[in-house]
Amino acid sequence: MVRRPFFWIIALAIAVFAAAPVVGNDVQLRESLALACVYITLASNLNLMLGYAGYINFGSIVFFGLGGYICIWLVDSYGAPLALSLIAAGIGVSALSLVFGLGILRLRGPFFALSTIGIVEGVQAFVENFTPWGGSSGIYISPQVFAPLGGPARALWVIYFLLVAAMGLSLYLSYAIKTSKFGLGLIAIGQNEDAAAILGVPTPRYKALAYSASAFLPAITGGLYFFKGAFIQPSDAFDLTLSTEAIVICMLGGQGTVTGVALGAYLYEELRGYLLTTATFSNFQLVIAGALLLVIVLFFPSGLMGWVYSRFPRAKRVLE
Amino acid sequence: MLGILASIIDGLLVGLVYGLAAMGLTLIWGVMDVINLTHGAMIVAGMFALYLLASALGISPYLTLPPVMIGGFFVGVALYWIAIHRMVGRPPLMSLLSTFAVNLVLIGVGTAVWGTALFNVEVSLPGVSIGRYTFPGAHILAAVLAAVIAGVLYMFLHWTRTGKALRAVANNREAAELVGIPTTRLLAVAVGTGVALAGVSGMLIGTLFPFTVLSGDGYQLKSFIVTVLGGFGNPVGALMGGVALGLLEGAVTPFVPVSWTLVIEFALFVLVLIAFPGGIFASRRGAL
Repeated sequence: MVRRPFFWIIALAIAVFAAAPVVGNDVQLRESLALACVYITLASNLNLMLGYAGYINFGSIVFFGLGGYICIWLVDSYGAPLALSLIAAGIGVSALSLVFGLGILRLRGPFFALSTIGIVEGVQAFVENFTPWGGSSGIYISPQVFAPLGGPARALWVIYFLLVAAMGLSLYLSYAIKTSKFGLGLIAIGQNEDAAAILGVPTPRYKALAYSASAFLPAITGGLYFFKGAFIQPSDAFDLTLSTEAIVICMLGGQGTVTGVALGAYLYEELRGYLLTTATFSNFQLVIAGALLLVIVLFFPSGLMGWVYSRFPRAKRVLE
Repeated sequence: MLGILASIIDGLLVGLVYGLAAMGLTLIWGVMDVINLTHGAMIVAGMFALYLLASALGISPYLTLPPVMIGGFFVGVALYWIAIHRMVGRPPLMSLLSTFAVNLVLIGVGTAVWGTALFNVEVSLPGVSIGRYTFPGAHILAAVLAAVIAGVLYMFLHWTRTGKALRAVANNREAAELVGIPTTRLLAVAVGTGVALAGVSGMLIGTLFPFTVLSGDGYQLKSFIVTVLGGFGNPVGALMGGVALGLLEGAVTPFVPVSWTLVIEFALFVLVLIAFPGGIFASRRGAL
């Protein structure tokens, strides 16, 4: 894998993300890139299910929100260090989704999609009623938790680099899975699940593993995101807008491609930043995301990378 | 004890309305294997049509039923041509995404116009008292209307030429086309009917409970649960599933805080999906 050019393209992207705001100490650029990192992480991990296995997960936000909750809760109630809380969040959410996945992934196609919608509603309703997590008013953490990281200003930089790291790992995870036997099995499931099963792909196990793997990094990113804001509440943690945007990004960039999804996330973030600054559009963010998704699904189902591949067939050999 | 019984009867009344909503969802699935993710938005559209018509024209809430039904039908036909026509026969992923996209647009416009404030429609109907318990008149009338509309739908599907053609298309689209049935037009009719049912049930729910633009998600989930209970693509099963869900809600309400209901229902939903993938009341496939 290290000898493939694509490995180094990802490394370059990570380096650019990490270095760009440091040069010139540009805090505004850092914030906008941090959001791009969140988008790329969520969309690449969603892509493991949507793009590879052909299973649409409307509830990817649950990983993000639950990760945030576990992390904030550990930091707040037990004074756990950030690194430990993040790892606990990642492992906890992955384990939980493996258990869930073994159950719901026996369902196929649209039935699975329906249950992922149900998971969001169910988990959100659960958290809103769960008193140790503050119910519907959420958890505030005191700014003192930033002290071990060297004060709030430095902590924001540390969080940013961790977000970039999570993004980089997501891209490598997508790439590694795509070039592995596991990934081949997933793509076979996406194309024809019955045929894949007949040829010996252990479909329920592969799907559950992919589902669980796609939970790990979003959970960590969720922990970082809410730690940064020092506040979490159910309506933010399980905001359907974010998982919707992840779906739009996957389709915009080209489902099943690593480059496309990262590119789509970056483009979407830029577009969103532009639209949000114009007052008329900030109310219509969902409308625009929806209209964009509809146009892509109806007319360009293979997304940005589909266009690139058809224009420049040689790109297929380099860009995964 | 009597309190629980009253709660269960009330659940049964509301359950009939849930069943009607789910019939709209299951009809579209049964005819063209498309899950309509605008279902929740259409239920909310019915609620807001009720609110606007009843408060603007000052008419009785129940007089809004015919315009909601007719309007819903045309909205559904438009939905078919915009989002579903190109998706029929393609992987289910694509129609899920396209209807989801339309749903986003509708909910986005709704939130931009009305915000997320709570709306309420006043209905003054005398209740029916049995002993110490009074069943609200609105609940009884909504249940009766839901049952009547469900009956009309059944007669439409079984006794009219269009209904029979719809069932033929559901059974085997190619064969239906071979015997001269204009399948495309019938697919549009099916989506129109499905959306009309969603709108009407939204209108009926609007007479029972207060609502917001975002209420649709909860009712859409309930419709999915009902559909899963009743078996996908089976309208009669959907009505029975609705009654079952209503009974469950009624039986659970006295013991558990209302906010937990959705968690319990969702747990039930996943369990049923896993244990009975074909639905509890399912007969054979294509039972439309």
